[in-house]
Amino acid sequence: MSRIHVTTTINDDATEFLCEAEATLLDVLRDELGLTGTKEGCGTGDCGACSVTVDGRLVCSCLMLGAEAEGREIATIEGMAEGEDLHPLQKKFIEMAALQCGICTPGFLVAAKSLLERNPDPTEEDVRYWLAGNLCRCTGYDKIIRAVLETAADMRRAS
Amino acid sequence: MALDDSKKTREFKVVGTRPDRPDGIDKVTGRARFGADMVAPGMLTGRVLRSPHAHARILRIDTSRAEALPGVKAVVTRADFGAVPAHVADIMENCLAGEKALYDGHAIAAVAAVSASVARQALRLIEVDYEVLPHVTDVDEAMKPDAPVLHEGRQQETVPPGMSGNVISRCEFGHGDIEAGLKQADRVIERTYRTAATHQGYIEPHACLATMTADGQGELWVCTQGHYMVRNTCAAILGMDQGRLRVTASEIGGGFGGKTTVFLEPVALMLARKSGRPVRMVMSRSEVLRATGPTASTSIDVRIGMTKEGRITAGFAELRFQGGAWPGSPVGMGAMSGFAPYDLENVKTVGWDVVTNRPKAAAYRAPGAPMAAFAIESAIDELAHGFGLDPLEVRLMNGADEGTKSSYGPTYPAIGLKATLEAAKSHPHWTAPLGKNQGRGVACGFWFNFGGDTSVSLSVTPDGTVTLTEGNPDIGGSRAAMTMMAAEELGIPYDQVRTVIADTGALGQNEVTHGSRVTFSVGLATIAAARAAKAEMCRRAARVWGIDPDAVEWEDGAARPAGPNAGKFPPMTIRDIAAIAPKTGGPISGHHEVMAEGAGVSFATHMVDVEVDPETGATKILRYTVFQDAGKAVHPSYVEGQFQGGAVQGIGWALNEEYIYGEDGILQNAGFLDYRIPVASDLPMIDTVILEIPNPGHPYGVRGVGETSIVPPLAAIANAVSAAAGVRMTQLPMSPPRVLAAIQAGG
Repeated sequence: MSRIHVTTTINDDATEFLCEAEATLLDVLRDELGLTGTKEGCGTGDCGACSVTVDGRLVCSCLMLGAEAEGREIATIEGMAEGEDLHPLQKKFIEMAALQCGICTPGFLVAAKSLLERNPDPTEEDVRYWLAGNLCRCTGYDKIIRAVLETAADMRRAS
Repeated sequence: MALDDSKKTREFKVVGTRPDRPDGIDKVTGRARFGADMVAPGMLTGRVLRSPHAHARILRIDTSRAEALPGVKAVVTRADFGAVPAHVADIMENCLAGEKALYDGHAIAAVAAVSASVARQALRLIEVDYEVLPHVTDVDEAMKPDAPVLHEGRQQETVPPGMSGNVISRCEFGHGDIEAGLKQADRVIERTYRTAATHQGYIEPHACLATMTADGQGELWVCTQGHYMVRNTCAAILGMDQGRLRVTASEIGGGFGGKTTVFLEPVALMLARKSGRPVRMVMSRSEVLRATGPTASTSIDVRIGMTKEGRITAGFAELRFQGGAWPGSPVGMGAMSGFAPYDLENVKTVGWDVVTNRPKAAAYRAPGAPMAAFAIESAIDELAHGFGLDPLEVRLMNGADEGTKSSYGPTYPAIGLKATLEAAKSHPHWTAPLGKNQGRGVACGFWFNFGGDTSVSLSVTPDGTVTLTEGNPDIGGSRAAMTMMAAEELGIPYDQVRTVIADTGALGQNEVTHGSRVTFSVGLATIAAARAAKAEMCRRAARVWGIDPDAVEWEDGAARPAGPNAGKFPPMTIRDIAAIAPKTGGPISGHHEVMAEGAGVSFATHMVDVEVDPETGATKILRYTVFQDAGKAVHPSYVEGQFQGGAVQGIGWALNEEYIYGEDGILQNAGFLDYRIPVASDLPMIDTVILEIPNPGHPYGVRGVGETSIVPPLAAIANAVSAAAGVRMTQLPMSPPRVLAAIQAGG
């Protein structure tokens, strides 16, 4: 079976990989590149556990082919912290207990970061609707929503 | 040294604070490794062929074309396993069908191949001849004498003659005289309630990685609520000694009871045995929904009598639960728990366990209790409102207390039901104004809480920091709770203790993470292990000081002479003692093994406001408050999280979630698009009030908190929707079409 050669950028690193034509970006990230922080919860774009950004746009990596990554800039949960320095959202999620099992957490963090880049001052309703594509079964969302709102407030104060 | 449990007014230093969880950074950076995140050299991909029929005899399976496909390394069917011990026979049948496929999605065969695409191709080459049989998926239909019967010879002696073979067993609980009690009532109501099957809905699909060496030693990496259970079950199915199978629990992406059994694991081990290669298996979401543990769907009759003052004179419920294709629905726990919040002279429940052509029910958070509470709390609410009584006052008037003989037998020690009701009554939520088309509902809930086999080991490292080794997967922050209890007991800072969840080779048997048992049982064992280590450290100090060990006490992380008569010595800290351990007797550790008892029952009261759109029947949750007794909240943030998460699962169960089967017995909504769990935009914040009525069975008063929170919401929301819509809702889910139809029929 012939495989497709793809040249792309992942978390600011130039990356090359070979993938089958049918492989999703999620398959490639997890199985070819070892970036298992991006999770598969459904494979049909309903749960958001596989959220990444592609050229700054939030997508479900299970709905995109690996071959479509050619020439793009992909950002995953593994690129969110800068070395030892966690992103403010990551710190706040820990501080406010916004995770229980943690399987949905990477997707929520990628999605929430994407929201705050577009809207640094979201209302509770903005956050709830932006994150409506990310399923969490443990928390009832309360602490996640609070963590995102508090992070936004902290980041506004800091800037 | 003194180890005094009797300090009722103990002041905590670590317990009750809110430190960062020790696994937090791994989980926010993507480093934490879950079930599907592990690899092994030469690993194959395993996949399962599943039945497209609800009920069919398997006439022939031909795997030869699949086996011939390049890249396929092993194919297994039930024939590879042979006979298995009786206690795992149903589990085996569920992992791979024998003579019959019993539900849509039932596993028939499995392959291991060099890639997922080759494995998928191989599944298409397996030929199965089925003789399709009549099927039944509804509990009441399955009980009819002419219903298609799934199994012969499984009916127990508790079932009266003449009933369908699908009725497996009958159970009964209670005391007093129902008919005499009903005669004392000013009003008796009799209602039938129905609930749909719902799925636990954990976001992480089942996954495992199996290896098996030629000499029969196995290893498993698996997302599970209990790796000791996985070891024991798989060893029995594969005919191995338990000691030859080492199981490591991955991080677990949710379970809620659904990961307390095995589905893929024995199959993965058999594929690994046949292929001689490591095999990883990961379910798809549709496989999770079609073939793993939903809870029971139910049909429940309730008869309750009440005086016009609000006193319940008698309560009766008959519960019919279908638990899928094998015996074991949670009807017994439903029958035991439904009236448990009340102090009743006359109470009786009867439960029927029924099989249907659906996936085998697995435990789901407080198994059986939410459905029973839905029925009984709805009936109590209807009676209270019928008399114009305050539903909280009615519950207080009938509420169970210390000394109450419970509806299921035991007499309660100190319990927190009335504290939750009093807190609800005085909360501003109770008196907040409601608008048009809005309604408020309340309901109570009970859960037993469990203990069970627990083994932990706590070691003091040479530098005086501490490693706690336990055997229960951390499903929602329990590492933090254990670390806190160890630090509290040793009198050292939280960051001086690290908690490790060990594989099955490291400790004695540990019961599954279920029954809200872990913070209670593992906490109890952790405290005892810490006490053993403290006692040893006091002995070491006594030896250095040349005094009697009884003259040494432990306080604030150091051994000290107990009182002026013991002698004048400066305290020896844990670091001091650890540093000289080689000279005073060697390594220092504490162990504790226990069959934990005294878990302490748990109660909650929930209050919810909803708005029902009379045009569409859609319900919006406006406000929600949980009042629950935690005994002692070790890490209050994670206690609140359990309250909130259970409430929201209950909201999904009440309003949206439902297994929908077609006439053909095929599940029609096997995906998160159509099996819709609550999303962030459906919900308000979930307010919580933690009550702390200490559990006498735990040194710090801890009670389990994980499950009770899903018990009241079904009824609380039904009571609120009924108030808002002006018509009593008796069937779940209260989806928009169902509510709209009820409004139109009622108007």
